[in-house]
Amino acid sequence: MTDDGDLVFRALADPTRRHLLDRLFERDGRTLTELESGLEMTRFGVMKHLRVLEDAGLVVTRRSGREKHHYLNPVPIRLIHDRWIDKYTERRVSTLADLKTELEESA
Amino acid sequence: MTTMTAQTTQVYSVFIRASPEQIWDAITKPEFTAKYFYGSHVDSTFVPGATFNSWSPDHSQLWVDGVIEEAEKPTKLSHTWRALYDEETAAEEYSRVTWEIEPGDGGVSKLTVVHDRLEGAPKTAANVAGGWMFVLSGLKTLLETGKPLAG
Repeated sequence: MTDDGDLVFRALADPTRRHLLDRLFERDGRTLTELESGLEMTRFGVMKHLRVLEDAGLVVTRRSGREKHHYLNPVPIRLIHDRWIDKYTERRVSTLADLKTELEESA
Repeated sequence: MTTMTAQTTQVYSVFIRASPEQIWDAITKPEFTAKYFYGSHVDSTFVPGATFNSWSPDHSQLWVDGVIEEAEKPTKLSHTWRALYDEETAAEEYSRVTWEIEPGDGGVSKLTVVHDRLEGAPKTAANVAGGWMFVLSGLKTLLETGKPLAG
């Protein structure tokens, strides 16, 4: 498993999985039992969705005694942001730098 | 948007195309932390019981202090953490940061950061939540491309 963008996009392309991430954002570290409450879905169904999120690196699990806790990991989404949004930021920065050079030269 | 409750344990993870030794160096050497950790310079001997300090780029301000709890080069580093860059977080109790580095297939290692014991540091918990995401993506970019992030 790597932080392959395909896995992240595939994992996010499902409303139930996005809902699970929203619930972890509200309160992180939930167990499977806590996550399945309020969802119209079998325990097995929720487990399958969590597995997809875990494979994409969007959820990280930690064991504490007999309990398995699920944590929202936003880093893969940040990496997508870095890959796409930073390109626009760089352009804006260089435009400003060009403008500065131009103004200083004409001054 | 729903507001986020400050979490007493936070876990962040990233895969990096680098060896555990390279990742260890990036965490423990100031010339590296300066490039992805808000310009900070890490300062410690990284042996259990030693102080852990993180300085502002010009060393005029101590941004974070703590004590090394565990150091197993290059797979595990654990230290306490108190953020001094903000009056409110500076008044809180120490929390703990643990770095776990696992070697994997094809030269890719998994880096996990666990920030816990945040029960007595709710402001810190809220403050670092977005920060770790930024730091870990910056660390990955630096190790894989040799360049710091533009943003």
